[in-house]
Amino acid sequence: MSYEEKGTWVFLVVSVAGYGVYLALVLPQLLNGTPVGEIDYVPAVLWTIGGSIVGAIVLRILVEIVVPSGSTRGDVRDKEIDRLGERVGNAFLVIGALGALVLAMFEAGYFWIANAIYLAFVLSAILSSVTKVVVYRKGVPAW
Amino acid sequence: MVKPTQVTNDIRSLRFRHGEMTQAELAERIGVTRQTVIAIEQGRYSPSLEMAFQIARVFGVPLDAVFQYPETEETAS
Repeated sequence: MSYEEKGTWVFLVVSVAGYGVYLALVLPQLLNGTPVGEIDYVPAVLWTIGGSIVGAIVLRILVEIVVPSGSTRGDVRDKEIDRLGERVGNAFLVIGALGALVLAMFEAGYFWIANAIYLAFVLSAILSSVTKVVVYRKGVPAW
Repeated sequence: MVKPTQVTNDIRSLRFRHGEMTQAELAERIGVTRQTVIAIEQGRYSPSLEMAFQIARVFGVPLDAVFQYPETEETAS
């Protein structure tokens, strides 16, 4: 497995884990019937984003210690795969932005708007990573 | 429509005919990772025209001695 592919796996794992922690912190409050205006979601968003960044760096270093790569240099194939994955991920960012726009138009609470955007970030990260991993495994499509 | 490449290649046999050159050696000669050479050999990645010429030059053969393309194009499924 190349250095870049390992990085994609790390990003995927950290994205899923980070959002999982966020849901574990916020969902119980929502299910307990706490009014959405009183749910303390902002620290959870900030801590899980910050934690994901730090976690990705630490996990990346650990992976390289356990399974060192022959080279840390990417090549043209890595760039093509990255571009393809990012294009898929960007579609979800646009969908999330449109969702947030609609929520704002209907004067939904800040909680729902912020969560729509956060979910779009996470879906974008997951979908782009999954696309990259599949292309690394199955091959770059010829279209 | 996403479809697999129809380009085939003889890189593996060319490597063995050139002093059993390893995938890592070929990768270093053309400036890519070993995983990319593996992907090209297995038909999971079509290299750019420039990279194809670089590979042919490493083996000292013309381009069509390394890469082949079927005469009749198969109907895309």
